[in-house]
Amino acid sequence: MSFITYLVQGVSLGSVYAIIALGYTMVYGIAKMLNFAHGDVIMVGGFTCFTLSSSMGLPPIVGVLVSIVFCTILGVVIERVAYRPLREAASPLAVLITAIGVSYLLQNVALLIFGSNPKSFTSVVTIPAIKLFEGQVTISGEAIVTLICCVVIMIGLTLFINKTKGGQAMLAVSEDKGAAQLMGINVNGTIALTFAIGSGLAAIAGVLLCSTYPSLTPYTGSMPGIKAFVAAVFGGIGSIPGAMIGGILLGVIEIFGKAYISSQMADAIVFSVLIIVLLVKPTGIFGKKIQEKV
Amino acid sequence: MKAKMKCNKSTLSSMITIGMVVAAYVIIEILMKAGLVSSMLKGLLVPVCVYVLLAVSLNLTVGILGELSLGHAGFMCVGAFTSAFATKCLAEVIPSKGLCFFIAIVIGAAFAALFGFLIGIPVLRLNGDYLAIVTLAFGEIIKNLMNVIYLGKDSTGFHLSFKDSMSLGMGVDGVMLINGPQGISGTPNVSNFTIAFILIVLSLLIILNLIHSRDGRAIMAIRDNRIAAESVGINITKYKLMAFTISAAIAGVAGVLYSHNLAILQAKDFNYNMSILVLVFVVLGGIGNMRGSIVAAVILTLLPELLRGLSSYRMLIYAIVLIVIMLFNWAPKAIEFRKKHSLKNMLPKKASVKEEQ
Repeated sequence: MSFITYLVQGVSLGSVYAIIALGYTMVYGIAKMLNFAHGDVIMVGGFTCFTLSSSMGLPPIVGVLVSIVFCTILGVVIERVAYRPLREAASPLAVLITAIGVSYLLQNVALLIFGSNPKSFTSVVTIPAIKLFEGQVTISGEAIVTLICCVVIMIGLTLFINKTKGGQAMLAVSEDKGAAQLMGINVNGTIALTFAIGSGLAAIAGVLLCSTYPSLTPYTGSMPGIKAFVAAVFGGIGSIPGAMIGGILLGVIEIFGKAYISSQMADAIVFSVLIIVLLVKPTGIFGKKIQEKV
Repeated sequence: MKAKMKCNKSTLSSMITIGMVVAAYVIIEILMKAGLVSSMLKGLLVPVCVYVLLAVSLNLTVGILGELSLGHAGFMCVGAFTSAFATKCLAEVIPSKGLCFFIAIVIGAAFAALFGFLIGIPVLRLNGDYLAIVTLAFGEIIKNLMNVIYLGKDSTGFHLSFKDSMSLGMGVDGVMLINGPQGISGTPNVSNFTIAFILIVLSLLIILNLIHSRDGRAIMAIRDNRIAAESVGINITKYKLMAFTISAAIAGVAGVLYSHNLAILQAKDFNYNMSILVLVFVVLGGIGNMRGSIVAAVILTLLPELLRGLSSYRMLIYAIVLIVIMLFNWAPKAIEFRKKHSLKNMLPKKASVKEEQ
């Protein structure tokens, strides 16, 4: 029975990774950059919700909504100030290093405001846990909400990309920026929209992550952020179902690794997965192969 | 004629870099003899050298090879642990502390190079963002592994475990050498400024020679255009591995100095933040500019210690510096703006030789 409990935990954690990975994968697909600060936007989302609902006593739903709005704005601002000027830079390292700088900045601002002591986050989920098999397996309310959120977000995003004008513009920009511009698509606007959606999702992921693992520090976001990138690569970067499957698989691998192999080695196992995937199938499960042009 | 001049220029530039380090060493030694250096500053000398070595080594990867490594702390970790382990094992066999430390340096550098080579084989097949994230992954894996190693020694030999110190099953005379998260303690404090200085000069000689050699030009050609370099017959994997391994070895040497300067060595010190810190040195000093890396590493290590009040804002300032410098140096608009308003435009134009810089 413990197997099922671990599986549920893994799927729940994996769903959080999947939501974060969606943000990575969309940004990577369109702007062709690894947004290192994405993980720290999760942390910002967590802290915003914590400040509003735990410290100021507002209802949790307000906290969640405000943190989504705040992170969306933050994502757009980061893109505008730090990434857009470097989009045409000669070296691809430039924007990567800037992203690391932004990540560091967010962490240290949070460190100055909230200090390094972990804050205990009160869960925003009020659904009671479900007990199965005469109480041998417990599925927490958080796990259910996380999984539902993940599925809803994935379906919503797929519809958005395939059915709306904005989504089609995203596809066009990710395919060929220059051609999209010639067709009258606002490339900068579309990239900003992608960052907005990605950061909004990061806020949701932050709240869900902190509800399941209630300790919140300025460094909360960085590890899940990197692992979610691993998930995005695993599923094939640029692919939305890939991010979902990759995220859930990675969550399950991590929890099983923790439970059955060694709790201290869980991170090492997750990163080994990344390395193996990149060596064996660098495009991931659902990735497209891109021909190298000279 | 022109080629010869260029060669001289590069030799001159290397000599200035090394001369600068030598001059700094001589000045500090004189000040120390005169008793003008505070004990706090004395304590900082070796850490400063450690960071200089790290910055120079990372600059080889980022600036010359053109790939971002976020796992440099991992190589440092390998160097630190293997050398500290070697020192503890050899202490009984070899009475001379100097010889023992020398062997430790060689072992630390060799193991870090070996790791760099082994990791480099898969990693260097990738490029750009993927390479950065995989080096980060390797750095974390190394840190994680070092955190769970328990190694002890008794009369029957070595005992190794990945669980805890109890499961080693050592005899009564057993001594813990590596104690999991507690790391290695009691490494003799043999790092000193002179040795650190010699190591820096050696590393600089190796790197600067490499840059100005045929191999170095091949490496830089790969950085500038991989496909073009490949098409003129440059063996990409070989040269990338060469640069990466040398870089790892120097990071390992930095680790050796670091471990022999501290009483307790723990794997958790070699985290992702350490790699980023070194990256800040490299970016601030100028990517690809060894002299800049040295100066940036020295200033950024000394400054926060001297200005105690700033310490809580230190990391915040680093982050802002990182972003601003990158925007200023790389954003096409900023480059255009600088060209338009640079001082050179105000001066009468000289021959096109100036462009070479």
